[in-house]
Parts: sequence; C-alpha cells; structure tokens
Amino acid sequence: MSQGILLFVEQRDGVLNRTTLEALVASQQLAAGMSESLSAAVLGSGVSAVASEIAAKKLDKVYIAEDSKLAEYTPDGYTAALRQVIEKLDPRYVIFSHTYQVRDFAPRLTAALGKTFVGDCIGYKLEGGALLLTRQIFQGKINTDVGVSTEPPIFISFQTGSYRADQAAAGESTAQIENFTLDMSGVELRAKPEEKFQEAKQAVDLTQAERIVSVGRGIKSEENLGLVKDLAEALGAELAASRPICDNEWLPMDRQIGSSGQTVAPKLYLAVGISGAIQHVVGMKNAQTIVAINKDAEAPIFDIADYGIVGDLFEIVPALIAEAKKSQG
Amino acid sequence: MNIVVCLKQVPKKDSILRIGADQKWIDERDLSYEMSEADAYALEEALRQKEKHGGEVIVISSGPERVRQSIKEALAKGADRAIHLTDPLFNSGDPAVIARALAGALKNEKFDLIFTGLQSDDYGFAQVGLILAEMLGLPSATIVMEVQPEDSGVRVKRELESGWFQWVKLPMPALLTIQSGINQLRYATLKGIMAAKKKEIKEVKAADIGFTESDAISAQSIQRAYFPEKTKRTEIIEGKPAEAAAKLMEKLRFDARVF
Ligand SMILES: Cc1cc2nc3c(=O)[nH]c(=O)nc-3n(C[C@H](O)[C@H](O)[C@H](O)COP(=O)(O)OP(=O)(O)OC[C@H]3O[C@@H](n4cnc5c(N)ncnc54)[C@H](O)[C@@H]3O)c2cc1C
Repeated sequence: MSQGILLFVEQRDGVLNRTTLEALVASQQLAAGMSESLSAAVLGSGVSAVASEIAAKKLDKVYIAEDSKLAEYTPDGYTAALRQVIEKLDPRYVIFSHTYQVRDFAPRLTAALGKTFVGDCIGYKLEGGALLLTRQIFQGKINTDVGVSTEPPIFISFQTGSYRADQAAAGESTAQIENFTLDMSGVELRAKPEEKFQEAKQAVDLTQAERIVSVGRGIKSEENLGLVKDLAEALGAELAASRPICDNEWLPMDRQIGSSGQTVAPKLYLAVGISGAIQHVVGMKNAQTIVAINKDAEAPIFDIADYGIVGDLFEIVPALIAEAKKSQG
Repeated sequence: MNIVVCLKQVPKKDSILRIGADQKWIDERDLSYEMSEADAYALEEALRQKEKHGGEVIVISSGPERVRQSIKEALAKGADRAIHLTDPLFNSGDPAVIARALAGALKNEKFDLIFTGLQSDDYGFAQVGLILAEMLGLPSATIVMEVQPEDSGVRVKRELESGWFQWVKLPMPALLTIQSGINQLRYATLKGIMAAKKKEIKEVKAADIGFTESDAISAQSIQRAYFPEKTKRTEIIEGKPAEAAAKLMEKLRFDARVF
C-alpha cells in the first residue's frame, strides 16, 4: 500500500534550489498532520552535497538517484528517473516546489503514471481526513480548494513564497542517505540542451532605485505612458513595468519587474494599473512601502499594498502629480 | 511545416468576476470572452513560422458555442482551418480530461509542431500541453521565447528563472508551450475576416473520437471557489482624486518617510 510523502529536491549544478526548502516546510507539516513518513529524492549527477544539506533537516530519509544522463536537466531524463523512484517507493504524496523546471516535467511524469498533479498550490486543508489543496485561479483573483479522487500517489506543487524556507525544521540527527539505483540504459533524451545564458547586461539597474513607479496594463496604450513618466519624475522615482508592458515593447525588457525580470526592494513601490499576479509580486514584495492604484478593489495587489487608492488611474495620477509638484515648489 | 495551435477562450482580462451559485466556479453570466493571452502569442508564432517556411496552421479549441468567435478570430488572422471540440463531455476542471480530448482529435492529423500557451488565464494549470505531449509520445519544451526550425528538428529558446535562458534542440514532431511576449501580435484585417468565412471549422463530438464517459472522469476538481481573505491590512485612502492624492502624499512623506 502506498505510504509516506516524497519531496522532490531541485538542484542546479550541485546547488540546492532554495524554494525546495519552502516545499519541505509544506511537506513537514503534511507529514505531521497525516502521520506519514517523509523522504526526499535528489536527482542529478554529483549531488551528494545537496543530499547532505537536505538530510540535516527534519525528515526520515534522503535518496540520491544519480546517473550521467541526469547531469544536465532534461524533461525525458527527469521524467524517467523520478518515475523509477516513485514506482519503487510507492509514496502517497509527491511534493514539488512550483519552479520552471518542475513545470517542465511534472505534468508529463504524472500523465505517464496516469495520476493527477495539483500544481501551483498556496496551501492545503485537512478536512475530516480529506486533503484539499488551495490554488489560485484567474491570476490570483479567486482561490479554490481542490479535491483529488484518484489512487495515490497524488502529485502537488507549491507556489514560491507560500511557505517560509526559514521555518524548515532541522532534524535531531542527520537523516539516512541511501543511493537509489536507476536503470537509465533504455532512456532516450530527446531534448538536447545547450549552455544557459543571460541576455546582454541590463542598461538600467532598478535594484538601486529608492523609489519606483511601476506601470501595468491598466495604462491601456503606449500614448498614455507620458502620464506615469511625469509621475515618476515628480516623485524622483525610476519607471518600471509589469510584463505585458514590456511584451508590447512599450518599455524595454530591462524595466520589467518580476520572476522573469528584476527583483527590487525600494523604499517606495507605487504600482499603477497592475493587478498583482504572483509572477509580478515576487519581484517587488520586499519593498518597504507599497502603494497600489487600481480601479478594481478586489485586485490581488491590494493584498500586499500598505496604501491603496481604488479608482481610475487617469484621474488619480494627474492629481498625484499636481500634489507632488506642489510640495516641491 | 504544419503547426497545430491549441487555443482556449477565457473571460476578458478586465472582467469583474463573481462567484457562481454553486460556489465551485465563477458566475459565467454577463461575461465577455477572449483568447487566452499566451495562446494568442502561440497562434501568432505559428502564423509567423508558416509565413517563413510554408505549411498549414490548424487551430483546435474546446468549449461551447461562444468559442467559435475566438476560432473565427484565429482564422481571420491567417490560420487555415479549425477543429472545434463541442461535446459538453470534454468540459472539465481536470487538465488530463481536456488533453485526452485533444489527443483523440489530433490522432489522425499530420503536423510537425503543436503550440499551446504556457498556461491559461483562467485555471492556469500549465499542464494540458505537456499531458498532450505525453499522450502523443512527443518531446516537449516549455516557456518558449524563440522558435528556429532546422533541418533535423527545431531549436527553441526557453526562458528560465530570473533572466536566464537556454537553447534546446528537439526532434520533430514536438510540442512547445509558448510564453507571452515571444512576438508582437497582429490584428485581423478586413480581408482576413472575409477569407475566414470560407475556412473549415470541423466540429468534433465525443463519439467521433471514441471518447467515453470514463475518459471524462475528473481526477481533480474544485470543491469550493471563494475570494481570498486579505492577509495584510491595506490602508485604503478614500476621497475625490485630489483629496486622496493629498492624503497619500502626506502619508508617504510623514508616516512612510519615503522621501
Ligand atoms: C512563467 C511566467 C512568468 C512571468 N513573469 C512575469 C514578470 O516577470 N513580471 C510580470 O509583471 N509579470 C510576469 N508574468 C505575467 C503575470 O502572470 C501577469 O500576467 C502580469 O503581471 C499582469 O500584468 P498587469 O498587472 O500589468 O496586467 P493585468 O493583470 O491585466 O492588470 C491590469 C490592472 O489594471 C487595472 N486597471 C485597468 N484600468 C484601470 C484604470 N483606468 N485605473 C486603474 N486601474 C486600472 C485592472 O483593474 C487590473 O488590475 C509571468 C507569467 C508567467 C506565466
């Protein structure tokens, strides 16, 4: 019978991905709540240091599954390897952090096993012994509690920031580390990855800015950008943007804030017409003071804002510019 | 080169959403719909590839009658023909169910690439494409920002986290999930809209593809939908624009001290 929780440990070039620790916190809580054992699996090649780092945490066992075919991440390699681990260990739950890598192979793996994957969860509830997974829909506007009706294992990933890595409990003693023998001989890696790279150095370094005015799709058109430029100038702030603004090439990519842009922590972050999707929020949530101007009182950005004005930015921004100029003069 | 594009229709971005009476989904009355954003980019990329390398762009979409509007938009922009999965049996909150329906409908199609958006704007599963790839036995790459067909396959630029990228080479046929911003979207022209009227939209029901009741069983389903509880107390500043602006500036200056 299936039992226990298996945590997928993500590493790159032998370095632990910090978000795995967040998923570990969720796994530790689930294990305690459901009286299940907790183990972890590290895939790769030359990953014993990562395994030792995880083994210092509170969990029962760490498996190392190494093979030269896992030296570089590929969806085929990881799908095949983790599948072997899961088929052997037969866990009830398999837990991931919802990273780009996990997004790239976990749905394939679950489909290959004929199981279901509840991805990008922000928490869970245990109701009368049943597990409900909380995930957001409509880009964070609505929450849902999702139930699963298949036989285990059940696959779950947790969104970045849903649990705090520093709350990962340390173990009383080091967990046992065991080598898992893979048979990768018949596995063909169809995708051939090349070297990872970063685009040319960013022209603007928003990480140094004290104040940032950031503009989102609420601005409607490129012609209206003058309005937020004026606001930035009046506040002595740098101009930044959400992804759609850069996707449209209204502002250059190096002004994008978020998971695929820059991460900033200015004194002031003033979000104008930005809804507050998680991929944006991860790039600015550590700002000291967050202000949001949005016409939708339910916009998720208000969940992290210190101050908010609910209303039409085309009325509020000019008033703010006037006010800022007044106090300068 | 023949490319299949999976399209999903979702409520317009600016929609005011309400929870439905069953508290398991939104209230779908009085909503306007549009193509999910990443899917629009996937379509655009397919059209650009076709313009460079020739071939056919086939769009496939599942959903009720209203979905025809998005299918027609795709045809007007330049897609050659469409497959519309109309059977209510395909409707599901489980990504595997819809992937099964797509796989059934694509079984007899000839294609080199399948494009999907990297995730939809409603459920945001980011799974249907990959499950489909697994069901059809295709290699895959996700979060794609550039597509370069080559003699022996396709080379794609994948977006990784925090500003990193990676080129990956795949044999074809392959499935790619496309990231928003990979290109600049076009508008349909009047000529395109006229031409679209003559293009084929093939309707597909469950029976046509041997899709049974048991294929429609959802392994995961929403038990409750609700607005998130606010965890942080945002100070909402009220008043007319000028009044609110003055209050906010004062708070920023004296309470938050950001200047
Ligand atoms: C893998 C991945 C990576 C991503 N990376 C990033 C990233 O790095 N950065 C990023 O920003 N996004 C990123 N995204 C996209 C992200 O999910 C959101 O789609 C995006 O942040 C939304 O931008 P927005 O808030 O400007 O637009 P929307 O979500 O469309 O919000 C516009 C807002 O403006 C408001 N509004 C409209 N008109 C007015 C008005 N007149 N007055 C006041 N308010 C108004 C609306 O109420 C709405 O809240 C990524 C997505 C994925 C899947």
